[in-house]
Amino acid sequence: MDFLNNYIFYIGAFGLIFIGLYILLTRKNLIKLIIGLSIVDTGVNLLIICMGYLKNGTAPIFSRKGLNPETMVDPTPQALVLTSIVIGVAVLAMALSLAIRLYQHYGTLDMRKIKEQKW
Amino acid sequence: MRKIFSLIILIILALGVYICISEIPFGKPGTAVGNYYIEKGIEETGAVNIVTSIVLNYRGFDTLGEVTILFLASLGLGAILATVQNKTRGVITPPSLILTTACRFLFPFILMFGAYIFLHGHLTPGGGFQGGAIIASGFLLRYLGCPQKRIRQSSFVAIESLGGIAFIIIGLLGFTAGGFFLFNFLPKGVANTLLSAGIIPLIYIAIGLKVGAEMAGIIDTLIEES
Repeated sequence: MDFLNNYIFYIGAFGLIFIGLYILLTRKNLIKLIIGLSIVDTGVNLLIICMGYLKNGTAPIFSRKGLNPETMVDPTPQALVLTSIVIGVAVLAMALSLAIRLYQHYGTLDMRKIKEQKW
Repeated sequence: MRKIFSLIILIILALGVYICISEIPFGKPGTAVGNYYIEKGIEETGAVNIVTSIVLNYRGFDTLGEVTILFLASLGLGAILATVQNKTRGVITPPSLILTTACRFLFPFILMFGAYIFLHGHLTPGGGFQGGAIIASGFLLRYLGCPQKRIRQSSFVAIESLGGIAFIIIGLLGFTAGGFFLFNFLPKGVANTLLSAGIIPLIYIAIGLKVGAEMAGIIDTLIEES
């Protein structure tokens, strides 16, 4: 139980990353590949947030007096993840637009069939 | 066959990750940088939300790059999808009366909530990016609920450009007043009040409008293709 207590956040984050990588390695449908990419993105964000976690910590906001700065979680990873989420949205939008164009051009979303026509 | 190979590769990766991670202490007090931000954040920037003070003050230039990335994504989306000549719109199933009425009723409140989130970015959890995303979700509801009424894309482009220009102008004003880009030249005020933290609320208003217009533009482009 001690192991789970210490590493449950890392297990969750890397679980998401590996699920996403498995989708990327095995699926052939373009939309499913984009979903896998998005899951990997979420896992990486969760991992960065975990790095700044503090046991029984509070959010880094001094919303009222009497909050102890020592018990606040690290704010730096949260600021970095804000950037990362925005970039994730940008990547998702670009990937979806490319998938739409590929479907209009080839009439299919299957990666193998697209490759056959190309090579 | 392919699945077995993928699983083997992933198991090897997981073992490597476990060997690296197991040495790092978890849930212990943070780094020196994080502690510095927490201790000095309020007196140096005036914002009680330390994440906001990092995003817009200590790493403000980084945020300008982030906004540029979102702008490039919306530009690239338009460039990839705009070349399609035959815009044959599929048959739209008209939404039910309940959805249309609810959309008309909820739309202004969603906009108001988004504006609240980005106006109070330096006081509560939230900020320009989150508020912009909420505003864009309001536009998505509108596209689903009232598909007959199109919103002109040129207005999105205008608001987006105004937001970006406002960010850069505020940064340049700081350059003339204090000697470096994005200098906090306005008075910091009393902490925990709405009119505090100098230029941070102004920049977050600009970012909120820009992100909201950009995301709504992306939704508009993608819906037009379907």
